[in-house]
Amino acid sequence: MAQTLVVVGHGMVAQRLLEALAERGAFTGAWRAVVLAEERRPAYDRVHLSARFTGTSPEQLTLAEDDFLERHGIELHLGDPVAALDTAHRTVTTAGGRTVAYDALVLATGSYPFVPPVPGADSPGCFTYRTLDDVDAITAYAGAARSGVVVGGGLLGLEAAGALRSLGLRTSVVEFAPRLMPLQLDEGGAAALRGAVEGMGIGVYTGVGANRVETDADGTARRLRLSDGRQVDADLVVFSAGVRPRDRLAREAGLLVGDRGGVAVDRWCRTTDPAVYAVGECAQTCDGQVYGLVAPGYRMAEVVADRLCGTGGSSFEGSDTDTKLKLLGADVASFGDPFAAGARTVEVQFSDSGSGVYKKLVLGADGRLLGGILVGDAAAYGLLKPHAGADRPLPAAPESFLLPAGAEAPPGADLLPDEAVVCSCHNVTKGAVRAAVAEHGLTDLAGVKRCTKAGTGCGGCAGALQSLLDAAGVEPRRGLCEHFELSRAELYQAVRAGRLTSFAAVLAAHGTGGEDGCTVCKPVVGSLLATLGPELGLTHILDPGQRGLQDSNDRYLANLQKDGTYSVVPRIPGGELTPEQLIVIGEVARDFGLYTKITGGQRIDLFGARAEQLPAVWRRLVDAGFESGHAYGKSLRTVKSCVGSRWCRFGQGDSVQLAIDLELRYRGLRTPHKVKGGVSGCLRECAEARGKDIGVIATANGWNLYVGGNGGTTPRHAELLAADLSTERLLRLTDRFLMYYARTGERLERTAAWLERLGTDHVRRVVVDDAEGLAAELEAQADRHAAGYRDEWEAVLADPAKLRHFAPFVNAPAESVAFLNSPAPTPALQEH
Amino acid sequence: MHRTEQVQVRTTAGEWVTVCSYEELEPACGVAALLPEGEQAAVFRTPGGQVHAVGNRDPFSGADVIADGITGSVDGVPTVASPMHKQTFDLRTGICLDDPEVALPVLPVRLL
Repeated sequence: MAQTLVVVGHGMVAQRLLEALAERGAFTGAWRAVVLAEERRPAYDRVHLSARFTGTSPEQLTLAEDDFLERHGIELHLGDPVAALDTAHRTVTTAGGRTVAYDALVLATGSYPFVPPVPGADSPGCFTYRTLDDVDAITAYAGAARSGVVVGGGLLGLEAAGALRSLGLRTSVVEFAPRLMPLQLDEGGAAALRGAVEGMGIGVYTGVGANRVETDADGTARRLRLSDGRQVDADLVVFSAGVRPRDRLAREAGLLVGDRGGVAVDRWCRTTDPAVYAVGECAQTCDGQVYGLVAPGYRMAEVVADRLCGTGGSSFEGSDTDTKLKLLGADVASFGDPFAAGARTVEVQFSDSGSGVYKKLVLGADGRLLGGILVGDAAAYGLLKPHAGADRPLPAAPESFLLPAGAEAPPGADLLPDEAVVCSCHNVTKGAVRAAVAEHGLTDLAGVKRCTKAGTGCGGCAGALQSLLDAAGVEPRRGLCEHFELSRAELYQAVRAGRLTSFAAVLAAHGTGGEDGCTVCKPVVGSLLATLGPELGLTHILDPGQRGLQDSNDRYLANLQKDGTYSVVPRIPGGELTPEQLIVIGEVARDFGLYTKITGGQRIDLFGARAEQLPAVWRRLVDAGFESGHAYGKSLRTVKSCVGSRWCRFGQGDSVQLAIDLELRYRGLRTPHKVKGGVSGCLRECAEARGKDIGVIATANGWNLYVGGNGGTTPRHAELLAADLSTERLLRLTDRFLMYYARTGERLERTAAWLERLGTDHVRRVVVDDAEGLAAELEAQADRHAAGYRDEWEAVLADPAKLRHFAPFVNAPAESVAFLNSPAPTPALQEH
Repeated sequence: MHRTEQVQVRTTAGEWVTVCSYEELEPACGVAALLPEGEQAAVFRTPGGQVHAVGNRDPFSGADVIADGITGSVDGVPTVASPMHKQTFDLRTGICLDDPEVALPVLPVRLL
């Protein structure tokens, strides 16, 4: 008969223990588990608690799979904490009066937030930050608050401060120690972090304590008085001044408890009663430490699972407390012993107060790495961490790990010995990664993750894993993906020459096998079929056979937003809009409850439409003379313009008219990546045309054409392709430029990168000088495209087969949702 | 082959529900189906004719969008990629190939 295991608490470590037991087959006869928990929710991801503030649901933070407990016959009682432990009779009794007998007991009660004895700390408006309930209470209260203070400038305190700030409160942090994160950072690191925190608009007070929470007449928190007499506005106070182990049950049952709290356990996580174990934050481990991080807790859970199942002789002797995280937008990492001191230790530092970067390595006299701190740029963490505390000297000069990228290539992971752990989340060694690369013929990071789990935890080792792949001599795969050895440009030629009109035909003629493509090659082929549509006789990207190739933006002819709704951008050429059209946009937004925003491209974006509402939205827009703005496509977006010579005292050309002409000529043209345009009426450049793929600026003698400009992460000014052009010549050169780009660009390659790859001189020779004799062909392609253009949305509205795909469910009738003029209700389930 | 069978999906409550006819499934495309209790299924037909059903909710974003994902085959495994951030899931097991700890629920399918 199965023995009974009682687990007290259902936090992250308790859940891991249950999973570890299940993995070892403990629930198939040997053990039955009863879990008694105080919180009302099953185990959730407390490490990512702050995600709750930004809309992550409690369900998304849940750790247990839906049927995990049921599948293993685990009894879970929520909201009923254990009140007493009787080790003599081996029973526990809950607050609700339930008594359960155990053969083995695991205490996984975690810790509670320490609230310093500050007068007023129990006033309404004062909170702790530990549970989902805490987060919900803070969020609810913050609605009526304007300012907030976090007491405690450690890791959790700063996270809480970021949360208050995201709730819109004027936020400050008070830390009793002379610096932020005193346990992990030294003065230099804390100063860099402080700069980043203050840069986010958060006030920082260090070296002072909280003296008193001052309240209003109604007793609610209003201000925090500091120990130096200053006061800080605080409608809301969060105490995050450390945690204390919850060891009351063990203490009252007479089990040994550490001097500073924590149930004392041995290296097998056993308390002084051999039938009782303690794991996680409530335990004081055999090295005398109480670990407040989840990774050591997980390892303790594995040890107890081994003990209960008689599998393996694992033990927990201690753990590092290495930390890497992103706090308020700043990377912070601390590893090994960054405070190691001694006559013969050497400190190597790099700091740049301008960019908020501070890095320090501490080395022993023999060149071994003892520890380090990285703030503002923690990219080297994955490479350095395996060396910290290891019994070997650092394999390269320490400064080479610290200098900013570009100074010199940082030493790669190829210098690590095989036994070095590269992924500490899943304890994967360099040797294991190398073996997996060789055995499975891995060629990319995704494959390494799949086969070894390395890199699937915090992701901090991605750089190290990539350098292992590089060192293994893995050649970057030629071609698009596993289905095609051809590049996009080669596929363009192949599709055109073979007059291939479906993905199946392209895959059969040029693929490497397999029955289906992937997210890389399908949209590329979909785009090529659209670009070459006029030549191939294809007319719409949602025709059967083409629809499945489109990313969901193209599939719905709208832009997918983070909540699964779509945004709609009608084309507004030149930014010109009649009052009647403006009214229609307003009415549509009002009737469908859409959020409206003026875009950077002089258009109006309507957000929040459900897919099934799109046809009705577009019916109204098309009737008012609008057409698709292709904001969703890898295609021409918009051509921005200033008012030009029509109104401006300085205008030298009619920039509005040229912008309209350009936009109408190339609208709907599918290209390797999106294309933006701009036209300025004079050199003052109010349209910012040189930040666009195609930029035109009026001169006294006509137009200057600039190409290859880019905003985004790598801004680049467009380069002059040709000067003083007539309008006719300008359009012809633009025809050639765009069609040459569509023909030779690689997947997701903007014109800026394409121009740098091919060289501006080469492109100028082809486009302006017609050195390859392509000009007539490229112009003819542009003519065919312009002549064959038809609004994609108008075509959808005229085709019931296409409209059907906008119905939310295949088993709900399309006509019930397609043409409603108001938001559609959730359709009723069809009878069967 | 001309097939006119009805496609049925078994809900997590164990009930078989007809969602559409086989012909309504376009090869290499998905459709969303509404099940009792507000559950949603994403039903796919592979180019080879296999039918798979998984939960329609993307576990990473929480949005009901999986049916709109691009299907594929990765090392011979039939897959769908979330439209949101392109994580790829094995249609047979629901397991995410980019993060094996995450999975879509798999709903059994039969043709009648």
